[in-house]
Amino acid sequence: MSEFEKAATGLTRRSLLASGAAVLATPMLSRRAFAQATELTMLAWYGHAEPDIVAEFEAENNVKFVPKYYTGGDNMLGLISQSPPGTFDVILSDAEYVLALNEAGYVEELDPNDYDLTDYFPEFQNFPGNWSDGKLFSLVTRFGFLGVAYNTDALTEAEAANYNVFWDPKLTGKVGHFDWHLPNLGQMSLLNGNANPYDIDEAAWQAVKDKTMTLRPQIGGFFDYGGTFSSLNDGQMLAFCGIGDWITGVLEKNGAKVRSIIPEQGGLQWSECFSIGKGSQKADLAKKWIQYITSAKGQAKSAQMAAYPALIPNQKGWEVLQAENPDEAKRQGMTKDAGNAIEMIRAGRIKFRQWPVQQSLEDWNDFWSEYKGA
Amino acid sequence: MRRPITLYGLTFSLPLLVWQILFFVFPLLFLVALSFWTVKNFAMRPDFDTVNWTTMYGRAVFWQAYGTTFVLATAASFLTSVLAFPAAYAIAFKLSDTARRWAVFLMVIPFFTSYLVRVYSWQIFLSDSGIINVTLGWVGLGPLPLLNTVGATMIGYLTLSFPLVVLLQLFSLVFIDRTLIEAAHNMRCGRLRTVFAVIIPSARTGLVIAALFCFILSFGDFVSPIYLGGGEPTTLSILITDTTKSGQQWPRAAVIALTMIATLLAVAFVAVKFAYKGKSK
Repeated sequence: MSEFEKAATGLTRRSLLASGAAVLATPMLSRRAFAQATELTMLAWYGHAEPDIVAEFEAENNVKFVPKYYTGGDNMLGLISQSPPGTFDVILSDAEYVLALNEAGYVEELDPNDYDLTDYFPEFQNFPGNWSDGKLFSLVTRFGFLGVAYNTDALTEAEAANYNVFWDPKLTGKVGHFDWHLPNLGQMSLLNGNANPYDIDEAAWQAVKDKTMTLRPQIGGFFDYGGTFSSLNDGQMLAFCGIGDWITGVLEKNGAKVRSIIPEQGGLQWSECFSIGKGSQKADLAKKWIQYITSAKGQAKSAQMAAYPALIPNQKGWEVLQAENPDEAKRQGMTKDAGNAIEMIRAGRIKFRQWPVQQSLEDWNDFWSEYKGA
Repeated sequence: MRRPITLYGLTFSLPLLVWQILFFVFPLLFLVALSFWTVKNFAMRPDFDTVNWTTMYGRAVFWQAYGTTFVLATAASFLTSVLAFPAAYAIAFKLSDTARRWAVFLMVIPFFTSYLVRVYSWQIFLSDSGIINVTLGWVGLGPLPLLNTVGATMIGYLTLSFPLVVLLQLFSLVFIDRTLIEAAHNMRCGRLRTVFAVIIPSARTGLVIAALFCFILSFGDFVSPIYLGGGEPTTLSILITDTTKSGQQWPRAAVIALTMIATLLAVAFVAVKFAYKGKSK
């Protein structure tokens, strides 16, 4: 290249190599400056990996959650069993299904020393199903009660405070069922006076079936998650069996005239637990997430989850919630007032929702299908 | 005389064959195999056990749901065909070419939106505090129980299949030989009689196929029975979801699904045979 040509283009071999190297190195430099977030897969009910819950953790740890949402524990087990080990780093499970997860070997053992279990209410430190043979496999993170959900224009609190309200003639065709046998039949069992609603002998089971059948003429429909929301919201159903504040709480916060109450015969408790998926390549990060969501700060967030609110087992979480959002703490009964959520448990008014003990799950489901078709 | 298989013919027919094998025959065979698997502790195990078939076929609720679903789908096919025919007739014989194109376009538009969304929007009309009951309230009537009824389910089925049925009927009506209609009129056949004696028999194939499509769509629909019918009466699609909620009983759900497929094949066979009955080859 002549001197004239060099001057015209302004390029020398050296400058060309230098700029070429700079161009090639740019992606590497920008990668260092903006390190790509690590992906953490979560198998959970809808809402658990939404920004209102995970944004802070994601920003602090340069993590991006990749959620896979399921609807129901059977769906969850199906998804795990059909996926290779390590597919899900974090798994959220309803308490009834935790044992099945353990037995199938789908979750890693947890070290109890990694978590501040002493911050938990004593009732939740040795939560049934979380432990197996003295080993910890999952950690309860939130729970809620199931009772009578009702339209506040149609029923007074006193009227709704008894399961017998479902038989009230003014509710004919206006009582809805959340379409899952376990909570509905558990409530019928409570109404029949069974102290352990899921551990009943054949005579008591027959009595539950007979009692439930008498409710059939009152029923206006059997609804899934979406249908339950809309039918309560538009007043199509005035009372609901098998649900609680996890649905009415969302509607109530949005101005609907619905509420849930634990009737005098008692209520049921659902619980959600976090585990680390077997074979997870990011078990440390998964552990960090469980530490975060079971900490006081994470627990207060979890209690106010936009998708569905819940009670939390961490005492310090209650304090954070009371400071952050006293109205919500009061609405959910997570205050120091008498009759708060933990006192209801201690008074024996709440029973765990669980699988039937003396009958098979199939027996309960078969009866439910029969009831629906009646 | 049978034509020899050529590379040209294979090029066009093979992809369809491969597609059918991959996405219909293979899953169907898997479904058959699945129906003989067993479930233990929520885990499905490959097996060859007829327990799922005997259990499902031995349950009264299964046959009840089967009868309900069959009757509902049959009623939906009849109702949709009857309601769609005047629309298809008007579009085929009464509208100008331009208006006909617009009408066809309008019939296609519903497919642009999700069926689920359309069904949910019906709730706004049908609920106790919905548009229809509020309007009735202004004249001192109601509220009438419209939502969570069989009638509401039927509205959902119509929402699903009405545009398709109109289009299928229309394609059949526009290809009717007009000279037959003119001949009928020349022979002093009245308008109504012409419809029943000339037009419907001439368009029989299309009308039956349209009704068949409505039956197929309604028979397997889950959305309308659950969101407009309130989950009752229990249909087979609802029974499938119920069954899977009972400890991963996908093999039993497979039994229901296979029964549905067999029913649809039988109905389709009978319908097609009727549709082409007496047609020259």
